[in-house]
Amino acid sequence: MVDDSRSELSTARLRLAAGRAALGRSLRPSLRGAERLGHLLRRPGLVLSLAILAFVFVAAAAPTLLTSYDPYLTVPADRLAPPGAEHWFGADEIGRDLFARIVHGSSLSVQASSIAVGIAFSAGLVLGVIAGFAGGWTDAAIMRFIDVLLALPSLLLSLAIITAIGFGTIPVAVAVGVGIMPGFARTTRSEVLRVKTLPYVEAARLGGASRARTLLRHILPNSCGPVIVLATLDFGVAIIAVAGLSFLGFGAAPPAAEWGTLIANGRNFLVTAPWLSLIPGLFVMAVVLAANHIARTLEDGRP
Amino acid sequence: MSIRPPLLSVRRLSIAYRAGGSLVAAVQNVELSIGRGETLAIVGESGSGKSTIALAILGLLPANARILAGDIQVDGGSSVSMADVETLGLRGRIVGFVPQDPMVGLNPTMRIGGQIGEAVTKASGLHGRRADAETIALLEQVGVDEPALRARQYPHQLSGGMRQRVLIAIALAGNPALIIADEPTSALDSTVQKSILDHLARLAGERGVALLVITHDLGLAADRADRVLVMKDGRIVEQGPPRAILTAPAEAYTRALIAAAPALDGKGLFGVRRASRPAGGELLRFEGVSKRFPSPMTGEPSRASTALDNVGFTVHAGRTLAVVGESGSGKTTICRIALGLEKPSDGRVLFENRDISGLSWPEFRPLRRRIQLVQQDPFASLDPRFTIAECVVEPLVSFGLEKGKGLQAAASRLIDLVQLPREAASRYPRELSGGQRQRVAIARALALKPELLFLDEPVSALDVLIQSQILALLDELQRALGVAYVLVSHDLSVVTSVADHVVVIRKGRIVEQGPVAEVFGDPAHPYTRELLEATPGRRSAALVAV
Amino acid sequence: MTRYLLSRTAQALLVLLGAYTIAYLILYLLPGDPLAILLNAAGRDIDALSPAEIAEARRFYGLDGTPLERYFELLWNALHGDFGFSASKNAPVAQLILERLPQTLALGGLAVAFSIVEGVGFGYLAASVRSPVLARFLARLPAFGVSLPSFWLGLLLIHLFAFTLGWLPAAGNDGFRSLILPAFTLSLYSAAIYAQLLIRGLEAASREPFIVTAYAKGLTRGEVQFRHAFRNAALPIVTLVGLQIGNTFSGAVLIETVFTRTGVGRLAEEAVLRQDIPVVLAVVTLSAAGFVFINLLVDLLYPILDPRIDHASKG
Repeated sequence: MVDDSRSELSTARLRLAAGRAALGRSLRPSLRGAERLGHLLRRPGLVLSLAILAFVFVAAAAPTLLTSYDPYLTVPADRLAPPGAEHWFGADEIGRDLFARIVHGSSLSVQASSIAVGIAFSAGLVLGVIAGFAGGWTDAAIMRFIDVLLALPSLLLSLAIITAIGFGTIPVAVAVGVGIMPGFARTTRSEVLRVKTLPYVEAARLGGASRARTLLRHILPNSCGPVIVLATLDFGVAIIAVAGLSFLGFGAAPPAAEWGTLIANGRNFLVTAPWLSLIPGLFVMAVVLAANHIARTLEDGRP
Repeated sequence: MSIRPPLLSVRRLSIAYRAGGSLVAAVQNVELSIGRGETLAIVGESGSGKSTIALAILGLLPANARILAGDIQVDGGSSVSMADVETLGLRGRIVGFVPQDPMVGLNPTMRIGGQIGEAVTKASGLHGRRADAETIALLEQVGVDEPALRARQYPHQLSGGMRQRVLIAIALAGNPALIIADEPTSALDSTVQKSILDHLARLAGERGVALLVITHDLGLAADRADRVLVMKDGRIVEQGPPRAILTAPAEAYTRALIAAAPALDGKGLFGVRRASRPAGGELLRFEGVSKRFPSPMTGEPSRASTALDNVGFTVHAGRTLAVVGESGSGKTTICRIALGLEKPSDGRVLFENRDISGLSWPEFRPLRRRIQLVQQDPFASLDPRFTIAECVVEPLVSFGLEKGKGLQAAASRLIDLVQLPREAASRYPRELSGGQRQRVAIARALALKPELLFLDEPVSALDVLIQSQILALLDELQRALGVAYVLVSHDLSVVTSVADHVVVIRKGRIVEQGPVAEVFGDPAHPYTRELLEATPGRRSAALVAV
Repeated sequence: MTRYLLSRTAQALLVLLGAYTIAYLILYLLPGDPLAILLNAAGRDIDALSPAEIAEARRFYGLDGTPLERYFELLWNALHGDFGFSASKNAPVAQLILERLPQTLALGGLAVAFSIVEGVGFGYLAASVRSPVLARFLARLPAFGVSLPSFWLGLLLIHLFAFTLGWLPAAGNDGFRSLILPAFTLSLYSAAIYAQLLIRGLEAASREPFIVTAYAKGLTRGEVQFRHAFRNAALPIVTLVGLQIGNTFSGAVLIETVFTRTGVGRLAEEAVLRQDIPVVLAVVTLSAAGFVFINLLVDLLYPILDPRIDHASKG
């Protein structure tokens, strides 16, 4: 048995002990709103990440706020124009503004990724909670099913789904969502299992709480943290997967262009106009980095 | 007095931890010295800074610690700034270290022999066969049976006591002049603790090694040390030979520590501590209860491991029955069976003469208003997302007994009952100290006004002073509410301060039971005597009594 | 131990059967007429065919009979190495895969080796650095590796090393030199994941009490790191390599396309574009088989690496 109060070796506990010594035995004050804002401003990485995601969601909802160019307007004179004052990110082989195409592409990419994470989150949560809470035979059956899904590499599982239901933004979203669902189910289940055995859950049961009350008031609120972290992390994963599938040409039909499609289009001009491929890719990377950073912050900040 | 300089002296040591951007003092202006062959004990509660001093001497402070000031002098050599202690190369050859928890102190993926041999090679340069031979010799010296076999095993194959012996062998491998032992046995059962401390003291005596023992237990310190140093909030409060400290404590804090250790306060362990009260009617009875768990090897219940074997006892209304035993004795299983969390394999459990051992969960539910539990670890027994008010009234909500205003009133009443400040109602568990949390857990258990309360090691996670406060609260509540307690504990001093009757249990069997004064005053069974002798503070109590 | 081996192998085979079944269900039973899709892949329009021709085509593609009969027939054939006929390539699927498999195995195998060396090497280095500022910086780098779309990284590397510097070929599959860029591209994501896990693991291990014991023996930082922290921190990576291997290999679909190599991945990409169901089913099944086999191997090896796991007693 490790007695919490007696063990002082680990850093975390040392910090705890130091804090306790300083504040005495009185109640510790809670963090006030202004302090929280101060903490936020001391983390430029987090602020930048939030800004990038905000930009992307605004671009998805109202692209015309961010660019006045028409993404489909061809200007032969600007063919393969390099990045500059007129075309921030340059122009493509038929003179369409790349910045406008990226901004307008956000809508499709964000939509697809959100649907994918939504599918994975809801299906995974339901399966994981049922498996973890019911236990026994139900748990075994659900987890074998998840094991089988995990044995299929997610990209190939997505390809099989696309083969069956066809090309386009929605099929790509569904395919990616099914591909990342098993991770949600597993994380949810292991969290539910962990929380289920904690003393406060037993205390609630002994205090007469029904199974439903125990699940809804104690187990779910305390196990959703890691699942939300995973959802944020998987938003980034979904962005890359969606971009990959549209890069292969399985996404929306031209002239609409997701970010992956833009990268694929630029391939043919890698020697003469490398920015056509490289800039959309940098953009994807920035969005994924932002999602990962926020996920990590959420993870560290959990009580 | 010796003219020789002390083996190690530390002067004006101040250490702080960085926590959330600010520095929090952990050790302030501490001076200490240890002579050759001397045993010094540092006593303090958690957060007193005692472990920080040990880590500083070893040069192993965590990264967020900062040494603000202090010098260290080894064997009369020149004074060196404490911050440069690593360059002195004290670890291993001059100072050996025995860590706190043997279960996690050894590398789980490395053989025992390799872990000792590594220390041997580092200290003496021996390799191969000669290092192996030295390793086996060390294992033998620390009292490990079959040393050649143990050397080939991994830590998880050894018991806790055995692992602690291995850690002592590692500390001895470098032939150090000083061994620092940080709570070396607080994770072990008291009988194992005693034999290991005896062994360590003997080895240190034979080799003339000085010992620096760090402990929360004043009794243990007084029993073992030549000199005791009491710390509080990073400062040394008092120091001196054990006898002086115990008989004439200069500081209020030391007096409080002594008062909180029943073994030390002069009345002895077994003085009648509470006025005897009329025994109430019979409330709960165990009749020949056995529990066998299916063996994890085969899953067959026939070759099962027996957790309880023919256990019988009676709990009376308004009284306290204590169940005493070491880890693995089956005392927790008793709790779980009484609360309907496990079904007995044999025997009956009667609550007011009604057999409750076969009840299903819904059938048991009405009884939950009459039988409740306080759990061991107050850091895990409260939902972190509930406010304190929500925590304490949850049983009332579950049973639909109160709503709205009534619920608020009930919360205030319960918070008052366990003597917490009213402001606590809107706080979250993480904002409370361990003792405060345990008060919340007690309030929650009392919300339904039960007649019987199970207390599963209710104070073992708390500091000594907080322990005695919680025990006093429990005593007061019993007088006020007439609730009966079943107190499960490994700690005899806890038991003697609150129990009326005691059941001593070992490996699932009751070895002895009866009124506390009888069982502990005149133990009939050798195991009870062994337990009593292993209780820290026994020797010192004799000192004080003279 | 034998019992454990047998039960574990049986489990693995069941998972493989399950994976095949799910792939079959997706490809043959989801909305969309498989016959129309297959005819389309063969370059023919179902509306232009007479009922007799449709019936014949149905028989040819094994689409007559109930779905259950078809499932068992396809499974039986697959167990005999017959994965059907590719309409778009006009060749038996098994032959197509066998021709291209060596290319993909070489690429994927090299990528797995690269990823372990890069990930473990970088992670160990990042955790060994003494300067806290540098250590924090290094610990954050893998986050970039995880955020890079691999196909885009491939293009970037082609741009740099093939077009600009001219050191390595931009495409094709002739010899080892043409493997370096694609294998590195493919390896980076997994490498970054391994590095992150190792850095976290070493950091967690450094807070373990047994590390304090090791330091107290007088061991140096390097000795403690290598002998005590590394082994404990590296164990989870073994499991992760097993789980990640499927993703590394399936990434070949994108990377073979970027580097225009002829391999199974490219075959899969073309098959999806032409909706060539038998090819897709075969590739998916094959990859699941590889995944199951590798993880069976990891499971069987694990007790040797971690003494705490003892399967003999678990039965």
